[in-house]
Order: sequence, then C-alpha cells, then structure tokens
Amino acid sequence: MTPGVFEYHRPNTVEEALALLGQFGEDGKVLAGGHSLVPMMKLRLAEPAHLIDINAIDGLRGIRDEGDVIVIGAGTTQAEVLTSDLLAKKCPILPEAAAQIADPQVRNCGTIGGNCANGDPGNDDPAIMMALDASYTLQSQDGERQIAAREFYQGIYTTALADNELLTEVRIPTPAEGVGMSYQKIKRKVGDYAIAAAAVTLSMSNGQCTDAAIALTNVGDTALLPLAAADAIKGTSVDASAVDAAAEAAMAASEPVEDLRGTREYRTAMAGQMTRQAIVEALSRAAGS
Amino acid sequence: MSDAQEMTLEEREASIGGIGTARKRKEDARFIRGQGNYVDDIKLPGMLHGDFVRSSHAHALIKSINSEEALKVEGVLAVITAKDLEPLSLHWMPTLAGDMAAVLADKKVHFQNQEIAFVVATDRYAATDGIQKVVVEYEALPPLIDPKTALDDDAPIIRDDVADNDEVGQGKRHHPNHIFEWQVGDKEATDAAFEAADITISEDIAYPRCHPSPIETCGCVASMDATNGKLTVYGTFQAPHVVRTIVSLITSIEENKIRIVSPDVGGGFGNKVGAYPGYICAAAASIVTGHPVKWIESRIDNLSTTAFARDYHMTGELAADKDGKILAVRAKVLADHGAFNTHAQPMKWPAGFFNIITGSYDIPVGHVKVDGVYTNKAPGGVAYRCSFRVTEAAYLIERLIDILAQKTGIDKAEIRMRNFVQPEQFPYNSCLGWEYDSGDYPTALKTALKAVDYDGLRKEQAEKREKGELMGIGVATFTEIVGAGPVRNCDIVGLGMFDSCEIRVHPTGSVIARLGTKSTGQGHETTFAQIIATELGIPSDNITVEEGDTDTAPYGLGTYGSRSTPVAGAATARAARKIRAKAKKIAAHVLEVTEQDLEWEIDRFKVAGSDVSITMKDIAMAAYSNIPEGMEHGLETTDYYDPPNFTYPFGAYICVVDIDRFTGDVKVRRFYALDDCGTRINPMVIDGQIHGGLTEAFAIAMGQEIVYDETGNVLGASLMDYFLPSAVETPEWETDFTVTPCPHHPIGAKGIGESPNVGGVPAFSNAIVDAFAHLDVTHMPMPHTQGKVWKLLNELGLNK
Repeated sequence: MTPGVFEYHRPNTVEEALALLGQFGEDGKVLAGGHSLVPMMKLRLAEPAHLIDINAIDGLRGIRDEGDVIVIGAGTTQAEVLTSDLLAKKCPILPEAAAQIADPQVRNCGTIGGNCANGDPGNDDPAIMMALDASYTLQSQDGERQIAAREFYQGIYTTALADNELLTEVRIPTPAEGVGMSYQKIKRKVGDYAIAAAAVTLSMSNGQCTDAAIALTNVGDTALLPLAAADAIKGTSVDASAVDAAAEAAMAASEPVEDLRGTREYRTAMAGQMTRQAIVEALSRAAGS
Repeated sequence: MSDAQEMTLEEREASIGGIGTARKRKEDARFIRGQGNYVDDIKLPGMLHGDFVRSSHAHALIKSINSEEALKVEGVLAVITAKDLEPLSLHWMPTLAGDMAAVLADKKVHFQNQEIAFVVATDRYAATDGIQKVVVEYEALPPLIDPKTALDDDAPIIRDDVADNDEVGQGKRHHPNHIFEWQVGDKEATDAAFEAADITISEDIAYPRCHPSPIETCGCVASMDATNGKLTVYGTFQAPHVVRTIVSLITSIEENKIRIVSPDVGGGFGNKVGAYPGYICAAAASIVTGHPVKWIESRIDNLSTTAFARDYHMTGELAADKDGKILAVRAKVLADHGAFNTHAQPMKWPAGFFNIITGSYDIPVGHVKVDGVYTNKAPGGVAYRCSFRVTEAAYLIERLIDILAQKTGIDKAEIRMRNFVQPEQFPYNSCLGWEYDSGDYPTALKTALKAVDYDGLRKEQAEKREKGELMGIGVATFTEIVGAGPVRNCDIVGLGMFDSCEIRVHPTGSVIARLGTKSTGQGHETTFAQIIATELGIPSDNITVEEGDTDTAPYGLGTYGSRSTPVAGAATARAARKIRAKAKKIAAHVLEVTEQDLEWEIDRFKVAGSDVSITMKDIAMAAYSNIPEGMEHGLETTDYYDPPNFTYPFGAYICVVDIDRFTGDVKVRRFYALDDCGTRINPMVIDGQIHGGLTEAFAIAMGQEIVYDETGNVLGASLMDYFLPSAVETPEWETDFTVTPCPHHPIGAKGIGESPNVGGVPAFSNAIVDAFAHLDVTHMPMPHTQGKVWKLLNELGLNK
C-alpha cells in the first residue's frame, strides 16, 4: 500500500501546468483532490512517473455567473459547490449532489474538475453535467477547445481528454428560472459510489412538461443519457404513467455490472427507482406544474 | 486528618471516584490529542521494514520463487522464503487450536493472499518495490470454496501436510478436509422429544464470514539485541504473555530473553488474539539482520488474511407444545475454518461455547453437533466481539424462537416470557452443560416492553400493514457466557485461563496496578482503578493502571471474550482486599487497638464507637515506617484468580425498523438496549461499550461480509466495500439496565463489552424478518443489504 517512485510538480499557473503536461504526455498525471488517484497509486494500479499537483493554481478556483452561463473552475472543491449561494439559487442540483458525494473531509479536497475529468462511471458530476448540457473547457499548449459533457465520456476511465490537456472549467448554460431539478442517489454508506443515481431537470408550462433531461450514474461504463426516458415525460403532465414510462426507459438503458453493491437486476431496478424519485422531486420544485 | 472533619461521608465517597462513578476515561486525554502510542508510531534506530509477497491463487502448487531481480532493488536487503525458515523450524507454526499453519507458503498456497515471501528493506516503499519484482511460478489446483462440498469424496484435498492424519489437534476426523466433530447433549432423548412434539420447526441459518476489522490493523516491531540476546517485540497483541510463551516454545529462546509489549492498541475484537506470519517473519528478520524490523498490515491484508469470524452454517430446530413451550433444541453446524485451523478458543472447545444455544430459555433437552472443515480461504474463526461462538449460538436461538412464535401464532415477546428460565431457578443447570449464575429475564423484558410501548408498536404495525407499509419489531432476549475461564474448563496451549493483578501502594498513598489483561479500547486504565479505589479508599485519580509489558505485568491470558472484568477484575478486587487486610493490621498497630476494634469506612479504618481513625493514605506511609513486629515492610501484593464459574450477562433488546418497499432500504427507527452486566463499575464506560457493540452489531447485520468468488478471489477486502458504518448510517442507541449481581465474582460484575454485539445482531435480523412476518416469511440471509431486502420485496411483488 505504498506508491511507486514519481516526480512531484506543483505549478502555480495554468500555463506552467500545460507546459508540464506537454512535456510529460502520458507519463504525467494531474493531481487535483487526489481521492481517486492517490488510492490507485497506493495500490500501484496507477504509477505515473510525474505527478502534476494543480492545487496551487488559484486561477482554477471559483464559481462565477456570466449571465447565460455559470462557470465553475475545475479546482473548485465539492465543499465550495455545496456552500455556493449562486449555485443554490441558479443550479441547486449541484449543491444537492455535492451533499451526497462522500463525506466532509473528502469534499474539502475533492474537486468538480476531478470528478468530471476522471472518467469513473461512479463519479456523480458527469451525469449531472450531461443532464444540464454543460461543456468542459480543455486547454493545452496547442490551444483551447470546448467539448460537451454529452460527448466527453467514452468508456471506463476513457474520455476525450488528451494526455497533454487540462480540464480547466465547467460551463453550464444557466438554467431558466422555474426549471425543476433533482439528483437522487442510493448507496450503501457514506463515501460509497452509487448503487444507482439519477439526475433530472425538467421545465413545466401550464401543467405540461416542455423540456426534460435525465441522466444516470454508475449503471454503465459511463454516465448515461437515456433520451427515451426524457422523451417519456416531455409533453405530458408528468403523471404516474409518464413517470413509469420514463423509469422503464431508464432501466432499459442501464447496463450495470454485478458487484457488492448488488446484482444487475437490483441495480437496474434502482436506476428506474432513482429516476422515478428524481422526476417526482424535480416536478415538485418546478414552476408551472 | 483535618479534611475528614470538613467532608461528609458522601463527599468522601465521591472524592474516591470508585465503583459506580461515571468517571471520564483516563486514556482519552492522550487519544483525543493524537498522542496515543500505537505500534506504527514506534521507530527504533536502524529499523527495517518487511512486507509480504502474497499468493494470487487460492489453491496452487508453488513451482518456483525467484528473488533475483528483487534483491537488485535499491534498499532491499533480503527476501525470506519457507526454505530460509525451514532450518530454524519456523516455516510452520503451531496454532491455538492444535493445528499447524504455514508461516510462509511451503510448496503450495492454500488461500488467496497467503504469505509466500517476506521482503526486508530499508523502508516500506522499497519493500513494495521488491515485492513487485519477486516472481512466483504457480501450478493452479482446483479451489474448494464452498464448505458444503468440503467433505465430498472428490473434494480437492487442501492440506497435503496432514492428509493422512486421523486427527489434527481436536479429536477424530473422517476426511482429509475434516478438522473435528464435536457433539454435546443427549441425542437420543432429543430425537425422542422431537418425535413426540406437537410442533417442530427447522431453519437453515447461516452466519456469514465477517471480519473484526479493527481500525488499527495488525503489526509489530521485532528487535533482537545481539549484545544480550534479548528479543523485544512490540505488537498489536490482545494477549501478550501468551505470545511470549508461544514465541519461546517455537524458537527455543528462553522466556526471560523475550519481552512482548503491547502499546496502545487500536481495537482488537478478536482479530489480534492469534499469532500471524508477520510476527514470526519480523522476529526472524531481526535475528538475521541484527536490525529492528517492522511489519504493518495494510487494510487489504487485514481483511483478507488475518483472522476472520463466524462462517457458521447452521440448521436449527425446536420442538414445542401447542402453547409454545419449548421441549427440545437441536442444531447441526458446518463450520468453515479456512485453510488452517487457527480459530482462537479455549483448546478443549473446538466450537467454543456454542452449547449456550439454550439462551435464556428453560429447555429440557438438546443436542448439538458441529463439524469443522478446511476450505481454500483465509484461516481464522475468532470470536468477533463475543465470547467463543456465543454470538452464533445467540443468533440461532433468537431466530428460532421467533420462527416458533410465527408458527404457533404466539406474540414474539409472549413466547419468550413463557420459556424464560425463572429467577428462582438460578443457579440453573442447562441441558447442554452450563451452570447459569444469576439472572432475572422476565423483569428485563417487561421493562423493555414498557419502555418502547410494545403494544403501541404492534398496533401501529398492524395499521401500517393495512396500508401496505413495512414496519418490523425485533425482540432479542439473549444470555451470554463470558469470563473464560475456570481453569478446569479452559486453557490455551495448556495455560490455564486465570488472570492476575499486582498492586503496589506507594508510601504517600498512591498506587500502581498491573494486570495480565490488555485493553484495546475498553478503558481498563479507568475502570480497574475504580475497583481499587473502592476497595482501598484511595482516589482513583491517584491509581495508575498498566498493562501490556510482559517484563512488568504479572502473567495473564489477555483481553477477549469479555474476560477482563470477570477474571482480571476479580483478581484486582482480591489483590486490593489482601492489601486492605494487611493495612488493617498496620492500622491496629498504629492506633494501638486490636483488629477487632476496627471498622472500615470509605477511606479509613475507624475505632468502632469513637472518632479515632487512620486513613489508608497514612497507613501507606506507616507500611514503610511503622509496622508491627514480624511484619514485612511495604504494601503490595499479587493475586492470581481462577474463577469458579463463567458469568452470564443478559439483556433485552428491541429494534424497530421501517423498510422502503421500492429500494430495500432499512431505516432503524429505534433501538432500545437493556443490559444486565451485574455490578456496574463505570456507567459511562458501559454506555460507551454498548454504543460500540451495537454499532458493530448493526454493521454485521446490515452489511459486513467477506465474500469470495467461486475461484477463491476475495472480493471487497477494502473499506470501500467492507461495511464500516459511519456516524451517518449508525442509528441512535437508547440504553437501559437492570442489576443482577454475579454471585461468585468478588464485586458481582459480569462483563459488558460483547453483550451488545451478541444481542444486537439477532435484534436487527428479527426486526427485518418481522416486517415480512404477515407474509409467512420466517428467515432471510444476513447481511441485510438493500439488494437482498429488495430481492425479497421483488419476489413478493411488494415493490410494484
């Protein structure tokens, strides 16, 4: 339970970090909160030759309102997300989810950028970012690009992030006023990944659902965005039969592995149940329902 | 003596801080400041670090071990294998159960993560680097994982080394994978009672393999001093003296040349009773290198290799009449002991005290048969926060009586009332051979039922059932057998299971006491001082209690099985009484009266009918300056106590749960625990023990299991998967008590540490099954994870 030999780097600016990533390529690994990477290093499942610690880069921190977009710096901790007044007001699903991520000690270190960039299907933020249709800013010495969260995830620990790139910020289209949203997660205990979880956003007008997005955590190789589940409630009053249909669609999209969290059957059922609960909760929070 | 005139008797009593005082724990001052001194805090000059190359297979022959590349790693000094230990006869070691266990795998591996080679390096990073470079070539053998197939004719033979032996330390056996058969009770009479009974019930009840998982893993620092030939081992030992004797027996080093020190130990729960390869290898490496060598387990090592608990596959049966009166109990058990029989029980008891399955009930006849088998899993079978196999026994009888209640339609509290051993029956001789010392079970249960408004809960449950909601009420009225134990019954490697206390009163009236036990969190420094305080009238704050250093402490058998208070606590009271008897002679001498003129009053001897007195503090000074002719100076003594019987703590627990029928999530709404541990030494420490024990019971019932796949891979051996509940999951505990003193213990105490685990687990299971009782569900397998509960909900169609 000790890591192998590595060089430790602590850049003070994004530019320095990008230079190190450019220099080391696949031998370099970014250290943010460290709560996924360090345990893997201790088990020697990860043996990066160069560890690039981005915690000293102040420019990566903070949450700001740019009108039509909310921008969250990649180095912003889950604790900061949890206590953000801006997010509580304009995008409450993020603090709601942060409260369900691990425990206070972990949330004080763990970052939103790490959670989004890690590519572990057990991470909670990817599904939420997919539901919110957020995009990620990826920077390298070659320049900067934007990629939609919905396009970012390719497989277990596989993402669109290149070896020389750093995810620097998360950009969320500011949800319209009155959008209802909820993240519902079932887990075995504090600190565990979800048995299954669901993120739901929905808009209601005159009792009809005008828009919706549903995304799932930890029931596939990546976070999932079952479009059929959202379609099942769009244009309905989100009555019981619509909710059932959405849950069925979420279950149909789920492909969980059997592990100590439960059988495939159970975890699939929980993807449906969390979808159900998240829709009901989001509906109760939406204006115009 | 001026204080005496100013203080009332009550104030004097309070100033002592003796038995019955809710005194804050003395040891916590260092623990809450991070100032504890645990094994991994020990750093000696020139200290090296050792760690293991472990088996990736559950069952395989070792074709070769190549250390060449490992020895080239910077900082790696040695790679020790069985071949290197063989000339010292240290490649195998005797177990506490009469078997042998491999120290380093000798020709074959018997379970995944078994120790194969010990890499010694300048630091633990280099040791891990070296481990990665050792190449082991295996020839895989078919693994045997399911104990139910262990005795099949074509089962793979696990232990080639003993395959031809007709016994392996615990009596006759009949298959190479068989370890022992143990029977107790009257089989014929029991079978006849079952034949004749109106009602019989039978249920397969498994208690899954779990692990004590102390927060501090096992470890040691071994240091051989070449100048004087003395081996000092600092380690996480629950029984340091036993370790010293065993080390001496297997190394031939004289016991005076071995010093075993248990510093602060971060929880044991049975995991730290046994001897592990790490201890032997660290000691051997220190002898070979001349440097101190440290070995510290990782969490994965701890959960996957050092002593597990339970893994009992039980079939329990009750015979009863129409009124629910139990007429007979019968149990058959298959016990999975893993690859070596390293279970830690008194040696004459291969299934521990499992014959306490009569529980709190007056059962005329019974029979128990237990068969132990080898499998390709980690060895162990320790008592995880319970006396030996008592938690398995309590679980079985408490589940069975609930099933009987359902079968007869009698309320689950009422059926217990009908079957209790009655207060006037004590001392009570059970049909399976125990003499229960004292108890008042009806009062305990009545108090509990009233406290939770049991009738109101049943009414609420009926209403909820009408609405399709699931609410369960679990009752457990358990009896333990603890305090091992009487030497006529109990020994470990031939050592009687007495315990000891040495007390020295200093001239100015303060005290140091040393015991043969070893606190791993129980608060001995606090509670044993309180016993002495009451017996000697010396403030407990002026009494230092030390344990764990075999060079200073009197010989003892250690701390496990709730034995410290019943055995060492009794020795403490008796040692103090010997001192008080001598003090009385000194008092008579100083006051120039006869002993018959003196009476004891809190902290002094007083001349009856007068104001003349002398405090224990003043007597202490006199013991060193002014003693009667012919008396020896000083005020100190040692007591070795062989208890005449075990103690039998008991309790009545009630658990109320609500179950989410869509997710299988179980919410513990209420948990009420009434314990009777006899005389209560420190109510605050007792509450702490109950809170901890109930939390572990909750963990076991709801999630703890060491799971293997069919090839013998151990799954989930980290705290990511193994369920250690945090404060968030842990229910709130309500504690209550009755006091039925132990008639044979000097202060009437019975022990408390393990009751909440023993009684807690069935209370949870009973509550969860009770939620489904109206649907004819009689049993569900532990642990009650969300997924397992949901499976039942799904089968019953309740989640629609």
